[in-house]
Amino acid sequence: MTTSRRDFLKTSALASGGLLMGFALPSAVQAAGMVHTPNAWVHIADNNTITLISARSEMGQGVYTSMPMLIAEELNVDIKNIKVAIAPPNAKLYGNPLLGGPQLTGGSTSVRDGWEKLRVGGAQVREMLISAAASKWNVDRSTIKAENGMLIGPKGKKATYGAMAADASKLPVPEKVALKDPKDFRIVGKRTKRLDTPAKTNGTAVFGIDVKLPGMVYAALEQCPVIGGKVRSVDSTRAKTMPGVIDVVQIPDGVAVVADSWWRANVARKTLVISWDEGAGATVNTKAMLEGTRAAAKTGKPLPLKAVGDADAVIAASQKVIRAEYVSQNLSHSPLEPMNFTADYNNGKVRLIGGTQWQDAAQTTIAAAVGAKPEDVSLETTFLGGGFGRRIDIDFIVQAALISKAVNKPVKLVWSREDDMTHDFYRPMAVNTMAAALGADGKPTAMTFRLTSQSVTGRVFGLPAEVQDPLMTEAAVALYDIPATKHDVVKHDAGMRVGYWRSVSHALNAFANESFIDELAKTAGKDPLAYRMSMLGNQPRIANVLKLATDKAGYGKPLPAGHAHGIAIMEGYDTYMAQVAEVSVEGGGVKVHRVTVAADLGRMVNPDTVEAQIQSSVVFGLGPAVMQEITIDKGRVQQTNFKDFPLVRMNESPPVDIILVESTEKPGGIGEPAVALVAPAIANAVATLTGKRVRKLPITGDAISQA
Amino acid sequence: MSVKFQVNGKAVTANAEPDTPLLWVIRDELGLTGTKYGCGAAHCGACTVHVNGNAVRSCQTNLANVAGKKVSTIESFPRNNTHPLQVAWIKHDVPQCGYCQSGQLMSAAALLDGNKNPSDSDIDAAMKGNICRCGTYPRIKAAIKDAASMMRKA
Repeated sequence: MTTSRRDFLKTSALASGGLLMGFALPSAVQAAGMVHTPNAWVHIADNNTITLISARSEMGQGVYTSMPMLIAEELNVDIKNIKVAIAPPNAKLYGNPLLGGPQLTGGSTSVRDGWEKLRVGGAQVREMLISAAASKWNVDRSTIKAENGMLIGPKGKKATYGAMAADASKLPVPEKVALKDPKDFRIVGKRTKRLDTPAKTNGTAVFGIDVKLPGMVYAALEQCPVIGGKVRSVDSTRAKTMPGVIDVVQIPDGVAVVADSWWRANVARKTLVISWDEGAGATVNTKAMLEGTRAAAKTGKPLPLKAVGDADAVIAASQKVIRAEYVSQNLSHSPLEPMNFTADYNNGKVRLIGGTQWQDAAQTTIAAAVGAKPEDVSLETTFLGGGFGRRIDIDFIVQAALISKAVNKPVKLVWSREDDMTHDFYRPMAVNTMAAALGADGKPTAMTFRLTSQSVTGRVFGLPAEVQDPLMTEAAVALYDIPATKHDVVKHDAGMRVGYWRSVSHALNAFANESFIDELAKTAGKDPLAYRMSMLGNQPRIANVLKLATDKAGYGKPLPAGHAHGIAIMEGYDTYMAQVAEVSVEGGGVKVHRVTVAADLGRMVNPDTVEAQIQSSVVFGLGPAVMQEITIDKGRVQQTNFKDFPLVRMNESPPVDIILVESTEKPGGIGEPAVALVAPAIANAVATLTGKRVRKLPITGDAISQA
Repeated sequence: MSVKFQVNGKAVTANAEPDTPLLWVIRDELGLTGTKYGCGAAHCGACTVHVNGNAVRSCQTNLANVAGKKVSTIESFPRNNTHPLQVAWIKHDVPQCGYCQSGQLMSAAALLDGNKNPSDSDIDAAMKGNICRCGTYPRIKAAIKDAASMMRKA
């Protein structure tokens, strides 16, 4: 870790308005007197209240527990006796090198990024506390142990961490520290109760929508029905006469009604008469997007990813060629907590409170938007009522800050569900174009793969069009041993506003790869399991999970009449995973009876959270597999609420059997990969069951009957 | 005009317009933020509360309609999480993002009020109106059964 302590102390001054003294810390810590900060990860109060920092946002994936577990393992404190705070914006201290440096929660990177650095962070503070005690007691460091929040020295000398924290914080942070052998772990790798569960079972957990500041007012924002459109003119005469309305203000994204309650603001908002300049987006429609993407797949400029041998030549010379095209649909994120944020602009300084996945971007972007210095913008991160990639974008935070500046009051901006669904950054539409030549033994002698889709990274990070987008190539190259292959990507701007959606391109590419390999198996007259296994001889980790999942699911054994199994496998986020879906087609639609998942993700921090994330991902992946689609016409998203963009309900949610491989490999990510395998596993089961191959998501009853 | 009713056993007076959804009265006027806004259209169940003992969607219940009635919210559960449902929720580590869980607990409580031994299909029927975007359903189901078992033994 290259953390400079001086830098951290500089930011602590800023943080004292937020992280250390604000509501981000439990009130018990605020009352605990002096808080000492030996390094970026640990705060220790005089009374031995220990607060560990999560640099990642808690959006359900469990970092509020797993991040502190890694620190606590080396700090030698009981995980049940610590407090947790989410880090303030400071990409230098809390950035995510796996994503290129931003302080961003995403990409299933939290554990992989934190695995070493958080243990180092805990060990540094442990060593600093030991040094402080050695100096105070005038004994050798080697005679002191740090255990369970206590320093224990020779001749019965004892002190709490808190008693030594002031002295320890004055010491230099040690550059090199010894870390435990994993076999000695007492916290990491053990099933551990989530630290946020109690607050989430009694209504006290604070989400962005629950924030309340003194003097705060509420805002509802009318945005152009066409994303990107601007206000031409507005008549707010009536709105201003409505009960509770304080002001009506125009910002670049629309017109905000500010009132003394959100409901009153939103009622008044409906009386606004706005003329919009809808802009270029007004012509976007789903049908044209698909046609354009298909055309680009043929004529666009391919960015090469990987080539082995001359796949095109082998296919051109082959007698048996299979070609297929797979289409993935647009999707909304639809976290259950609609976008919202609280902003308090006051004399050039801004206080921001709410749920975000990208702290430093929020800070710098809002600073620029309101004309403040970045260091004058503080940000406190609450719990997120779901993220799934939507809260990487910060449009709604900018809006809240601009509205607050306009009315010169603390403002809580809350989007309605309809706002949320129609102003998302949608999962891009994708066309995957595949071809393979089959040899005499039925196995592919060559395969080509092309993804044609919109680059999210181009929009979010400004990646140039001619540069390969690493988030489009995810899971593009499957693990099968095929003698000649060619993989490439065509970027095509279909005109939709797109964003990172849980599992990102893994979902697009795994749907294509795993559907296609299944089609090849069926064409070759082979069992899909044996066919896959015959090409995985050099891939023991994936072959292992495939065997575990299919054994557990009873693959190949008789199933109830009208049921079939489908298989899908993938390596993604350094995690090796196999899924088996047991499916029937009932009442015209797909019913999923059981999903079996085997995963080898290397070392785990909290295996119970790993299981929870797999359960979650299966439910999340079931929606786009069988029921969800965002469509757009005349630039307007057609779905507005859960009646037309249905989310999976309990009665539609299958039992999920999970097998986790004990492994000493480096940790893999687990927040997302299982999402990507649900659709191909179901598509493959439906094909086995009905003989019909659905190549466009979602796999509805109509799609099956038309296939 | 003000409306008088009870929330979690206490008499309250709300001054919002009578057609204001109970959800926003509870959250913004009474300051009880455990009850959540998810869809505003009775699709998701995040706003579930009890009115005279029945689970209702507070986003579709106007303030005028609860005059003189008894409303219970998630804040009626013990703060120290000792209700059997809370005990089971913690035992199974049900919540992920947690946003829907107040509504889930209120629907589960209404179910167990009338049925101390619910089957899988009873649970599905009672809970299918409560969306969990994180997909905690397997754990909700297990926790409800556990809570029911605790309540049968109590």
